[in-house]
Amino acid sequence: MATGSNMPLLLLAILAKVGVVLLVLLTTIAYAVWLERKVVARIQSRWGPYLVGPHGLLQPVADALKIFFKEDIVPTEVDRVVYCLAPFLAFSLALLSISVIPFGESVTIGGATIHFQITDLNVGLLFVFAVTSLGVYGVALAGWSSNSKYSLLGGLRSSAQMISYELSLGLGVVGVVMLAGSLSLREIVEHQSGLWNVFVQPVGFLIYFTAAVAETNRVPFDLPEGESELVGGFHTEYSSFKFAMFFMAEYANIVTVSCLATLLFFGGWLGPVFGPPLLRALLPVFWFCLKVFCFLFLYIWIRGTLPRFRYDQLMAFGWKFLLPLGLLNVLVTSLVLAWRST
Amino acid sequence: MMLPQIAFFFLSAVTLISAVMVITRRNAVHSIIWLIVTLFSVGGIFLTLHAEFLFAVQVILYVGGIMVLFLFVVMLVNLDVALKQAQFNRQWQVALVTALVLMAELGYGIYRGHQGFTLAQVTATPMSGGNTQAVGLALYQDYMLAVEIASVLLLVAMVGAVIMAKRKIE
Repeated sequence: MATGSNMPLLLLAILAKVGVVLLVLLTTIAYAVWLERKVVARIQSRWGPYLVGPHGLLQPVADALKIFFKEDIVPTEVDRVVYCLAPFLAFSLALLSISVIPFGESVTIGGATIHFQITDLNVGLLFVFAVTSLGVYGVALAGWSSNSKYSLLGGLRSSAQMISYELSLGLGVVGVVMLAGSLSLREIVEHQSGLWNVFVQPVGFLIYFTAAVAETNRVPFDLPEGESELVGGFHTEYSSFKFAMFFMAEYANIVTVSCLATLLFFGGWLGPVFGPPLLRALLPVFWFCLKVFCFLFLYIWIRGTLPRFRYDQLMAFGWKFLLPLGLLNVLVTSLVLAWRST
Repeated sequence: MMLPQIAFFFLSAVTLISAVMVITRRNAVHSIIWLIVTLFSVGGIFLTLHAEFLFAVQVILYVGGIMVLFLFVVMLVNLDVALKQAQFNRQWQVALVTALVLMAELGYGIYRGHQGFTLAQVTATPMSGGNTQAVGLALYQDYMLAVEIASVLLLVAMVGAVIMAKRKIE
């Protein structure tokens, strides 16, 4: 525990860590959009953004500037307070869950131990689920407060979808929690030092990832913004920076889900570590980022490849296939664990 | 005053104020938002007692699950009609008597039992194994039968609700 004398220093260190993590996350979000446009363009044999900077690398900056200076239109018949609250909720909750994600092992430099994590909760996994389950309010309230039928229908659709797939999302990781015997993300990663969970829990991983794609409202589960039916879905009436907040929240959620998939199933920061001390300290972070990048790429790849589901197909798939499969996976895992412990 | 106490009084104040807001709002969606704040601050009180698991469950189940379903139904209510209806029915005499009786009962209870009624002590350190394990052991070992009976009851209620909502069974 911290003593009185180094309290300000500790506070400064925490603030610095929060600042760095936020900066990295926001940059990742900005460049995930760029990556998506580039990769999807390549899949559709186009060039994608090319004009702003080399290979369009400055495109995110241009986008951000443009969105800042757009007129912020608030339609007359909206519920003003809720209308402004919704994007704020969506964005801040999306950023909040990154606070318990560990990026690497702790390193000791000059007597001070640095944890690559903002805070280590012993129920870290539950915290992430709690925060993501709140994310649905941003969408639902935005849809309702806009006072427009497209927004309302889009909001209803996506909240129904998010509630349905949240169950499968939770069930998918129960197996991992049972194996590690802990809800702390750090302990779950450390438990995988022998064998990554994806080899022990392949079904659990598939359930988790499918549910995660649906939970983040991405193709092929992006019904809430089916343009041909609902214009823009729940954010039809939003413009300028409020729209940008929804947009960034979506990508922040994708990053969180990818981080979680890496931690739960792909050994987090575990990987070959060698070389001088500095390299030793930084390699785990590198492995972690590499794995998260692979997931981001997979997300975009899926978007470029698969067509959209019909709404009844989506609901039937979630409730009649994914959920029973998740229950079965929990049952089999617990039976094997019980058999092994006797 | 110590930090835990400040946190407790702050969260209690938020809980009570938002609970009052729930019943005084004309717009049902606003009521729901305030109810979410209420439940959330109750979760915060759990957190000050080092019950992280209860906090997480409170947020996941009540705030993230049940209240979303509330919101779902209320979102479809025609608010223009609701705004024209009288917000309070004129039964304040009955309500006043009921409230006074309840207050007397509670006051008597606290007066009689105030020696045995103490605020929960904040444990300095979380118990070994964490409260996740403690809750799990209590539910699935000590009170296993009660938990199972309760869950079967809930299942029956759920199936019954689905049947009633479906009306015609193919």
